[in-house]
This record gives sequence, structure tokens and C-alpha cells, in this order.
Amino acid sequence: MCAPEFSIKNMNSSLSNSPVLAARPVSDRLAKRLSRHIGERLIEAVLFAAAAASVFITLGIVYVLVSESIEFFKQISIVDFLTDTQWTPLFDDAHYGIMVLLSGTAVSSLVALGVAIPLGTTIAIYLSEFASPRNREIAKPILELLSSIPTVVFGYFALLFVTPLLQHLMPELPGFNLLSAGLVMGIMITPIVSSLSEDAMRAVPMAMREGSYAMGATRLQTALRVIFPAAISGIGAAYILGVARAVGETMILAVAAGMQPNLVWDPREPAATITSFIVQVALGDLPHGSTGYLTIFAAGLTLMLFTLVFNIFGFWLQRRYRERY
Amino acid sequence: MRPLKTSAEVISLRANITQRKRWDVIFGLLGILALALGLMTIATLLIDMLIDGWVRFHPDFLSNFPSRHAGKAGILSAWVGSGLVMLVTAVVAVPLGVAAGVWLEEYAPKHWITDVIEINVNNLAGVPSIIYGLLALGLFVYTFHLGQSVRTAGLTLALLILPMVIVATREAIRTIPQIIREGAYALGATQWQAVKHHILPYSTPGILTGIIIGMSRAIGETAPIITIGALTFIAFLPPPPLTDVAPYLNFEWLSAPFTVMPIQIFSWTSRPEAAFQHNAAAASALLVLMTLTMNGLAIWLRYRLRKNLKW
Amino acid sequence: MIREKLPQLPHRIKAETHHLSFYYGHTRALKDINLVLGDNQVTALIGPSGCGKSTLLRSFNRMHDLYAGNRYEGEIVLYPDNTNLLDPGVDPIEVRMRLSMVFQKPNPFPKSIYENVIYGQRVRGIKKRSVLDDKCEEALTNAALWNEVKDRLHDMAFALSGGQQQRLCIARALATDPEILLFDEPTASLDPIATASIEELIHELKQKVTILIVTHNMQQAARVSDYTAYMYLGEMIEFGPTDEIFIKPKDKRTEDYITGRFG
Repeated sequence: MCAPEFSIKNMNSSLSNSPVLAARPVSDRLAKRLSRHIGERLIEAVLFAAAAASVFITLGIVYVLVSESIEFFKQISIVDFLTDTQWTPLFDDAHYGIMVLLSGTAVSSLVALGVAIPLGTTIAIYLSEFASPRNREIAKPILELLSSIPTVVFGYFALLFVTPLLQHLMPELPGFNLLSAGLVMGIMITPIVSSLSEDAMRAVPMAMREGSYAMGATRLQTALRVIFPAAISGIGAAYILGVARAVGETMILAVAAGMQPNLVWDPREPAATITSFIVQVALGDLPHGSTGYLTIFAAGLTLMLFTLVFNIFGFWLQRRYRERY
Repeated sequence: MRPLKTSAEVISLRANITQRKRWDVIFGLLGILALALGLMTIATLLIDMLIDGWVRFHPDFLSNFPSRHAGKAGILSAWVGSGLVMLVTAVVAVPLGVAAGVWLEEYAPKHWITDVIEINVNNLAGVPSIIYGLLALGLFVYTFHLGQSVRTAGLTLALLILPMVIVATREAIRTIPQIIREGAYALGATQWQAVKHHILPYSTPGILTGIIIGMSRAIGETAPIITIGALTFIAFLPPPPLTDVAPYLNFEWLSAPFTVMPIQIFSWTSRPEAAFQHNAAAASALLVLMTLTMNGLAIWLRYRLRKNLKW
Repeated sequence: MIREKLPQLPHRIKAETHHLSFYYGHTRALKDINLVLGDNQVTALIGPSGCGKSTLLRSFNRMHDLYAGNRYEGEIVLYPDNTNLLDPGVDPIEVRMRLSMVFQKPNPFPKSIYENVIYGQRVRGIKKRSVLDDKCEEALTNAALWNEVKDRLHDMAFALSGGQQQRLCIARALATDPEILLFDEPTASLDPIATASIEELIHELKQKVTILIVTHNMQQAARVSDYTAYMYLGEMIEFGPTDEIFIKPKDKRTEDYITGRFG
């Protein structure tokens, strides 16, 4: 991807290891250099500590989620957790079937992707292959403003604007539902999908485009028959990172989808997701260490595992297309 | 291979082209429509908030505490809280993120530790915000006993935006060509001097852009703040950071309970009464205008940067 | 004009440029080019780097239309129907459907060998399997690649060697029955053996199609072409039968270039 680097780091270490320098007699100048050397190393150590701190965040996350989840699984069998079809941790007759929350997460994410993938792909193809560079430079940042709107505001918008609008079309639609939350979430992640897909398409070498145009292809034919397939792994990465974002989205669902744990496959129903359940518990007043309190960490661990898989797969795909060209 | 082109052949050729180019036009319209849908959502959302919240746009709204009576309720504690939390976030995330970015770009050796840190930063950027809330709940609240306070919230959001600051720093530094470093070294600069005198100043606008976008993300974050258990009725302000007695600085505000704008919006949105929804809309409009302004600023900075910098 | 000046011109002419100039923004990259392409002949464009030979070649199928700020002046007339390829009323797609091009570096699409060859038919909307299969075999045979790939037509094109990829690109270009085949330094990225096979192919192809080839290898021009044009700084210095250009060039600048005194 980049030209072979001339590396300062290597140059430095080879200088400091050099026997010629080390063998020189001690003089004022060298003493000065020595203190300078120590200062330099100190600064490097501080900078390294800052970079290493990011690893401690991950370790912290893993530690908190795993240790609290272990406590949780001491009380609840992992088989029940994975197979039970009810999720009622706060009731007397407590059930802990994560499938219930996963179904809410899956349905709302699918609705979101149903919006974001066609919309984001169309925009990406348009910006990469049809729009003039000038229009692209204007449209892209404005579109990205969509992702900068706080999600709680999107939640309000879904609950009090989109749902009433949908109720005109579907009078049966309840006030809380996965559909409007999913639709708004889809709009929100559209810029992520479009911007990463566009990057992938623009990374396809110009020689491909010229080859196609030289055969008498139109813009759309070039875009769909050559550029899209050539960029497919990058576009796949964009979709997957979009999924990861949808799965982890919290506030839109907490506000607009209701928080009743339902095992649903119909987006018109209200349901809780992994994320909105965590919010629901946090809103209440559960004593630290109680089973109810521990459930949010088990739910969080599940969420973390899912997003981790999506993110790793997405980055792997992204790296693959970057290596190819 | 082909004899003369008859005029009939040319006509059928042209018909074929016309037909195919029709799809170009259709797709072009589709693309514009898709873009317009995105842009219209922003506009609709903003207008909807402004209309719904219009009745509450009054100076009192900014200077009143939340109240049981929707008409008297305001966002004083929320915007002050947001300001203080952002202060903590910036103080923690900016130095840490910039330092980490500089190390990764300028110092990091080719070593597995570097790979681990790089992969880790990339992964952290994809971790859902609510997970940071769980981290803060388990670690800051119940292990370090920092309480459901301004400092806990500030720290949590700082961790959340740290990957963004690191990535922005790295990208900004990466645009600086190698000859700048070589020039500095040729004049006898140490590595840190090269960073201090050249790398950091030249990458400042790029880093600033990343910080602004990170802060605009943090100011709108709700889920992690709710998770640390900060959704409470706050009708007072934290103690002021400046006092009239020596040493004139007071850090009690760090451990004070607080509320922030998005939390206030969430709590009003979940009230069934329409009157509170007007409050939510008004506060949302302000919050959206704030984040849009910050992002607009970042876009403008980036545009200026690209225009002015030609290596 | 050029016909009067050059009595030894080909009898049948496939295309001709009249006072062709080309501008990248404000830079004039081609200056008043007058050139004729003989029917079923190979015409070579030679000259030092930056002389405009590729720019001239890419004007023939209006490749420059893909980028903003480019402008043509003059005409490129295609015979026998007298179509001016540069006429704003003529769609560049029409031009590219009649003239095919082979690029400097092989640029197969990320598709199977089969799909690469029939790409031109696909974009024209031809769906009939038997037509596509026949076309594929014919084009690959004409590009001297059929025997090597007939058992793996559905493998990815990237799996082929560089020389095979370039012959695949030639097959792709041939499959659309072009009236003129444009070659932009087709052997620049190939080893000597692959180069020899491409040259041999060009020699055979001229039975079927008119060829215009850019090369900065003078031996190659001498080996494959019937006519040669020497270009320098966007101007056509000399044009004539290849033998004459190489044996007794009229212009001092051509002679210097041919004999290797500069370039």
C-alpha cells in the first residue's frame, strides 16, 4: 500500500547501539547528550504508556464482563441461558433465555439493514461512479452529519414522528415497535455503509474503468459489472461494520421499541433488545451483586462477542481488498 | 473482420446505446433520490424538533431547573452538567489520545506489542457505547468507588472517544511527508524535538478535527451515562470550580451528582404527557444544533486543511 | 492534403485525422495531426516519452471523454460511412463499440476468462448462450489463446500469466468485431517471449482488422507495422511506409531518433 518506509525508529536504535558512539571518551558534550538521551527515552516511555493504556481499556472491559458473567452463570445454568424462550429476570418466576433479547436485536438490525444496504449502496455507486468530484465533496460530509445526530434524538424522532406516520399506513401498529426504530436506525447507519463502500469502489484502479468503457459499456454497466464485483470484499466489510453498529445501537430502541421482552419475528411488535434491556435494568434500582444486576453483564458479554465477531470479520475483509490493489 | 457499416447497422447501434443509456439516467435519479432521502431526514428531524419545541424556546428554559411542571422545567442543570462532563472528557481523552497516536506513528517499533495495540485500537472503535457503560459501572462505580459523578461520566466518555482521537492523530501525522522529518534530523533535532517542532504543529488541524468530532459524539451519548445509573432528578448545580477563597480552585464538582442534556431528553421523552415532549423536543433541537455546528466546524477545518496544505 | 503529399499511401483508407489537436485544460498535447490508417494495415506511432502518441491513440476511441477538462479540435473520420468520431453528436459509447482497445498493462476484469471475453457482448445485451459460446471460442482462437484455456474457461482471469492476460484482453477486444483495434504499448509490461507471441498475433490479425499501435520500441514498430508515424512534442514529424521511415527518413529529427541519437 505504501512505499517502503525510511524508518527513523530503526535509525535511532542502530545509532544508540553503535559501539563507536559508546566507546567515545566522556566529555561535557557527551554528558549533555546523555541527559538529552534520558529525556528522550522518558518521553518515549510516556507516549508508550498512553498507547498501552488503550489495551487496558479492553482488558478492563473483558475483566468486568467476564467476572460478573461468571458470577451470573454460577446461579443460572448456561444451557437455560441459551435455550430458554422466556426472559423475565425481574419477575419472581425468573427466566433467563437470551434468545428473547437476541430476537429483538436481530429483527431490528434486519430492518435497519433492509434500509441501509440498498440506500447506502446506491449512494456509494452514485457518488463513486456518477457524481462529479465537486458534488461528491459536498454531498459526502453533509450525509455524514446523519451519523453525528445523538441517538436519543433519533429515538425521539422514531417514537414521535415516524411511528405516527406509519400508523397512518398501518392503523394496527402499536406505539412502541421495532419497525420504526429499525427504519430510523437504518437511516442512521446509511452513511457508514455508503462511505466505506464508496472508499472500496474508488480504490478499484482506473484501468478497470477504462477497460470497461473501452468495450462500449455505459456508466451503470461499468459500475455494476466491473467496479462492484471488484470492490466486493470492501463493500462486504462496509455491510458488516453496519451490522455491528446496528446490533450495538441502544437509545433508538430503548426509546421507540418498548422494552417488553418478546420472542418476536414480526417487526411490527414491540420488543426488548440486548441493549435496551441493559438500559431498562440501569434505570431501575437493582442492588449491586443481585442476580438481576448480574444479568446485564451476561447480556453485555453476549453483545460484546457478537460485535467482536462482526468487527474482526469486517476488518479482515477490509484488509483483504486493501492488499489486492 | 467486419465489412462496411451499413446505415441500418449504425441505426441499430445507436438504438442499442439509447436504450442502455436510459438506465444510466434512471440510476442517476435513483442516486440523487437516495441522497435526498438522507438529507431530508436531517432536515425533517430538525424542523420537527423546532416545531414541537417552539413553545419552550424562552430564556427561562436555559436558566430553569427540571421541574414536575413541564411549563416551568428547564435545562440549566443539564447543560451545566454536559459542560463539566465534557471538560473532564477532553482533559483525559485529548492528551492520552494524541500521545498514543504519536507513539504509534512516530515511535512504534515493528513488534508484536505494536500490532496488539493497533488491533486493539481498531477493535475499541467498534465496541458499542453501552459496553463502555458496563465497564464504568463495574470498574469506576463499584470497584474504584468514584460514584455516579461528573468524573465517572467524564472518564467513561473519554474512554469512548479515545480510539477516535488516536485514529485522527495518526491520520493527521501520516499526511506529513518523510522529508519534513529528515529535514529536522539533518539539523540535529532529536526525535522529540522533531515531533514537538514539526510533527505536532503541522498535524494540529487534523487532530483538532478528530477531537471535535469525538466531542460531538460524546456530548450526545446517552446509553453509557444511563448505565452508570445517572438518570436521577437533579435540581441543583455542582459546586462551582472557581471560588473566592484561596486557592480559588475547587474540585468538589468532580464528585458531584449531575445530569446531562441527552439524559434530560431521554427522561422527558419517556414521560407520557405531551407537555414534557415539548421540553424534550426543545432540548433535542438545541443538542442537534450543537452537534451539527461542531461537525460543520470539523468539516470546514478539514476543507481548509486540504486546500491550504500542498506538500 | 496529406494524400497529395504522400503518393505511396495505402489504397483503401479506414480512417483519417484532419487537423487534430487535443488540449488537457490549457495544455495543447496534440498539434494539428494529419494521419491516415490503411484498411487492414498496421500503423505504428513512435516517438520519445511524452510526445503525445498515447494521447493520439486514446483520441480515436474518445478515452479522454472520461476526464473533465479535455477538449478536441479537428476531426477523426471513419470510412466508409464518413462518421466523424469527434463530432459532439456522436456518442463516445458508439465510437468505443466500433473501435476496441488493448491497454499498456493487461487489465482483465475480476471475472472468469469466459466472462472477460464476452464482456462486450454482455454490455450490448446479448444473452443467447450459443452466440456467446461461439463468440468466445472464435475470439480466443483469433487471440491464439483457445488451446491454452479451453479447459478452464470458468477460472478467474487473474490466474493467467501476464502474456496470457494480455492475449485475453486482445480476445476481449476482438470479440466485439471492431473495425479498428487500438494497441497502447501492449508489450510494455511483458517478457520477451510473451512479447514475441503478441507481435506474431498482431501480424496475423491485420488480415482481419485495421490496427493502430503505439510503441516506444522501434524494432517492434519495424517488425509489425506497414506504416509508421514519428511524433515529437505533440506534432507529427513524419509519416510514411515503415521501410522508408526506417531506411531513409526525410526529416533530420526522425533520423536522430531512429538511429538512437536521442530519445
